[in-house]
Amino acid sequence: MMKHRNSIVFWAGAAVFLIAVLSMTQIVRNEYPFFAGYVILQFIALAVAWSILGGYAGYVNFGTNAFFGVGVYTAVALFKATGAPLVVQIAAAAVVGMTLGFGVGLLTLRMRGIFFSIATIALAIIIETFVMNWRFVGGAAGIQIQRPPVMAPFDSYVKMLFFVQALLVVIAVSIARYIQNSRIGRGLQALRDDELAAECTGVPTLKLKLVACMISGALISAAGAPAAMYLQYADPSSAFNLSYSVSALAMALIGGTAHWIGPVLGAILLGSTQQLLAVTISSEVNVLVLGIMLVLFVVGAPKGIIGLLRPRYRLRAGGKP
Amino acid sequence: MTPAAAPDAPLLQVGAITKTFGGFTALDNISVDIRKGERFGLIGPNGSGKTTLINCISGALRPQVGSVVFCGEDITQLPPHLRARRGIARSFQIPRPFKSMTVLENLMVGLDFAKVDSSQPEEDVAMSILTRMGLASKASASTDTLSQVELRKMELARAMAVRPKLLISDEAMAGLSSSEVDEVLDLLISLGEEDITIIMIEHIMQAVMRFSERVMCLDAGKIIALGAPAEVMGNKRVQEAYLGT
Repeated sequence: MMKHRNSIVFWAGAAVFLIAVLSMTQIVRNEYPFFAGYVILQFIALAVAWSILGGYAGYVNFGTNAFFGVGVYTAVALFKATGAPLVVQIAAAAVVGMTLGFGVGLLTLRMRGIFFSIATIALAIIIETFVMNWRFVGGAAGIQIQRPPVMAPFDSYVKMLFFVQALLVVIAVSIARYIQNSRIGRGLQALRDDELAAECTGVPTLKLKLVACMISGALISAAGAPAAMYLQYADPSSAFNLSYSVSALAMALIGGTAHWIGPVLGAILLGSTQQLLAVTISSEVNVLVLGIMLVLFVVGAPKGIIGLLRPRYRLRAGGKP
Repeated sequence: MTPAAAPDAPLLQVGAITKTFGGFTALDNISVDIRKGERFGLIGPNGSGKTTLINCISGALRPQVGSVVFCGEDITQLPPHLRARRGIARSFQIPRPFKSMTVLENLMVGLDFAKVDSSQPEEDVAMSILTRMGLASKASASTDTLSQVELRKMELARAMAVRPKLLISDEAMAGLSSSEVDEVLDLLISLGEEDITIIMIEHIMQAVMRFSERVMCLDAGKIIALGAPAEVMGNKRVQEAYLGT
């Protein structure tokens, strides 16, 4: 009963959010808010996607940039080869990201703790090297992208991308919320607490970790897919930049990973601070601020913002949206 | 999937298993049959291989040689979660609760994943197990607020949530006071009365004597005695293993 009502509230909230985003693209003339907002939305999607494996399962993935870059370059390659529309690019990126998640998961998820994290860092370097030597998508020099004409009802491509990224956020959040409230979520939580005890209680730990890695990978790649269109440009060192990994991880941890709202709050807080600092001071200060905030939270509020807001989440991770 | 075993076939057949860690032989050619409904005590000095043996039975470890047959099915190569679903549950020597969950949620994990018939709502089943274990008042408590004896009981309750045919209790009474030992022992005995086969590892001899129908004593990875409790306790080699020569 309670669950049912929560669902109604959640979906109503998601609808209101999308309608607000859509009307904003119709009303606001200035493109800048969309340009900046896109980045924040992208980070929300990344942080939420990251927390499915990194938060629920406790497997700290440093390879967000690998999945992000794979999303970017799937879109670029597909666009260059066939001129496929954005929706197809995103869907293809999700499929490739999921496949990559499966492969990587199979190879690395038997490793625990720091070993898993190191393996995921290596992943990004391997794929980046591959893309650097792939002439078709521009190699190390990068590639310019000519945006196709924008579709109605949007009057600018950036506004359309803003709406698309908002849609990806809603998809990522709904999937994260579904997992959290399902059997899968309980299983992931159990294996995060104690993998052997979870196995002995009937939890298929390897399978669940693989599922989490595939879903997380698919969502990260999907969130990365529109980036080339957004910048009208793509190059390996920015698409596979380690800062995506650090930001996604920091945002999720600062927000708190016990509940899907945590990464959302963390990404909004950090993402908008970064955007503000980039405009007012310099984009280099971003990194410093990220570091300082992460340290402050790890020391002062290890359960993140949601741990501060609702002490109950210090105790339990599952539960209500 | 599970072939119907003959009615008088043993529930668990450990067939000549050997487990080595590098050059160290933790279990050396161990064979034992556990009968259905039996209360089986497993004793032996520290490092004799008791926990290694139950790790091989529950799937946390796989022996290099030998087989484990449960209900007529060879489970030697199965991962622990599939063994749990077939009805093998265990507690741990050092309690391993799911720390981010409440006591009730700890049990829900087993109910969620062990795939037992769900004619009743899961929460009710979990509550009835907790009531049975005397933990009902702690259902919504965090596991880090539990006392040692409560943790031990919670581990047994979580194992019960898997609806086991075979329950393995690994030193569930270590570090408890004598009245607490009796409390846990009574629980285990009452579970045994419900057709659950129980293997109990224990150092507390009075508990082993009171509980077990048969006792097996391991020393340095070998079976040195197997039989009725009094008989095993009277065995010279057992006394030597415990007291030294």
